Amino acid sequence: MASVSTRIEKLRKQYPESTSAVLPALRLAQEEHGGWLPPEALREVAEALDLTPAYCVSIASFYDQLRLEPVGRTLVEVCTNVSCALSGAQQVLEAFERELGLEAGTTADDGSFTLGTVECLGGCGWATVVAIDNRHRLRVQADQVPAIVQELRA
Amino acid sequence: MPEHPQIVFAGTGGGAVTRIEDYESAGGFAPLRKARSMAPDDVIAELEASGLRGRGGAFFPTGRKWAFVPKPDQLPKPHYLVVNADESEPGTFKDREIMLRVPFRFLEGCLIAAHAIQSKHVFVYIRGEYEQEFEVLRDSLEAMRKADLLGGVTVVLHRGAGAYICGEETALLESLEGKRGQPRTKPPFPAIAGLYAAPTAVNNVESITTATSVLELGAGEYAKLGVEGSTGTRVFSLSGDVVNPGNYELPHGITLRELVYDVGGGVPGGRELKAIIPGGSSTSVLTAADIDTKLDFTSLVEVGSSIGSAGVIVIDDRCCMVQLGIRVSQFYEHESCGKCTPCRVGTRWLTQILEKIEDGRASQPDLDLMLSVCDRILGKCLCPLGDSDAIAVLSYVDKFRDEYQAHIDLGRCPLDGDSSLEGILAPSAMHGRQAHEVAHV
Repeated sequence: MASVSTRIEKLRKQYPESTSAVLPALRLAQEEHGGWLPPEALREVAEALDLTPAYCVSIASFYDQLRLEPVGRTLVEVCTNVSCALSGAQQVLEAFERELGLEAGTTADDGSFTLGTVECLGGCGWATVVAIDNRHRLRVQADQVPAIVQELRA
Repeated sequence: MPEHPQIVFAGTGGGAVTRIEDYESAGGFAPLRKARSMAPDDVIAELEASGLRGRGGAFFPTGRKWAFVPKPDQLPKPHYLVVNADESEPGTFKDREIMLRVPFRFLEGCLIAAHAIQSKHVFVYIRGEYEQEFEVLRDSLEAMRKADLLGGVTVVLHRGAGAYICGEETALLESLEGKRGQPRTKPPFPAIAGLYAAPTAVNNVESITTATSVLELGAGEYAKLGVEGSTGTRVFSLSGDVVNPGNYELPHGITLRELVYDVGGGVPGGRELKAIIPGGSSTSVLTAADIDTKLDFTSLVEVGSSIGSAGVIVIDDRCCMVQLGIRVSQFYEHESCGKCTPCRVGTRWLTQILEKIEDGRASQPDLDLMLSVCDRILGKCLCPLGDSDAIAVLSYVDKFRDEYQAHIDLGRCPLDGDSSLEGILAPSAMHGRQAHEVAHV
């Protein structure tokens, strides 16, 4: 795999102005750094795109998928917007809290999991939607959660 | 249920057409060849004649939008087509299914639109959360490149990173330029000064995909579908308390009753229909009494709502309408970009008053205050995000005032813990627990 800066350089060429590449570049850097953007990742992106690290922070802090703090190796996000909430999202979230032994919005001490809620994932017709490392599980019901967590721990 | 003509999902047989050979052998790319054999202005005229209007929520005539883009000799800058695939209006999940099931019809539409506005540069701004959809588009685009169909046009798939506001077209353009997704002042409109201050058309995925069908059928045949003022089909996203949720492509002008009962199978468990949000969470709520309303632009305006993004959320009698207000308001509070004070402060304020009402701590003046906060948001911001919260909350109070009043009179929720939304928790509620610490750079 080419270095991060080489890959950012390739991204940059897609756009008439290099700043446009900041979102894809931050996404790439985040993937390379275990799911979040430590200071060195921000510096890498800044250098590759002729920006400042502070500018990169201003971008990362605006977008929910970009993270400025460490995240568990597996990220579980339960949609709790209206359609999912009408279909039992709250019970699904509680089931994850129980099975993972984690309060929503926190990361396990051993860094294994982060559990959170998330705004509408665009799967309202297949509620409840749970994003696990950004892959969507559809029609999740609370009683299926123990098996899902077992699968994730395996 | 009668069979309804499909033009967006035509030829899929209920599945997906993701092999370029299959798409082409069923007549795919003929509309593109037809468009390219026509003068750009004639393509625009065809779209205008079809009556196709934008499917993103604002219902702006697609052909007219393209006509607003100056000709290259009038404004000699690069011209851009930007496709809004940042679907994130709660209750809406149609664009995602369009990209998954008819990726070639969608990408073909991008090239038709690019020809019409004389652009060589297409950016598809796709929601960051849509992984699979991104992969399908990437592979489909590669297949089209190999088949030499792009005709010198570059198509870039640009992934968002989680911000509802980037569905607003000027915020989307800011985001695409590598900035925080905050809406711009209009005018200038994107047609004149859009991406990189150059002429830009911004269209929704379903509009672009339907444009392919307009070229295929011809404006006249297309306009036979639907009703006057709302021609063609619409992909309705049906969700909430309904037996068969999902996306359904139906002609404009069918009734809510047909959608919810005939197609959707009605409300489960023999419960009663209480409310319907017809066009995504930003639209005014309707009640069971509105069930015979037709789903088209004019009919929904007549009952004081909007067809919006055609995301229909069905709500049964277990739902507390104050809790619904809280959940919807929390969403807009979380997604407010912070640029305009009425929105930044007002959405938070609305959530707080709604929580006070739900907890039974509110008195009469709180309800009046809430309505006045709505009034002080409406029409006072650069974009419609704050308005959406105010419109939604105002409609809940308007249609369910007795229920709001009961919370105040009883000093508790009349559903007393039995609401289907009981215990709802939003991402904004999470933020309080986990301070957003910015790493030292």
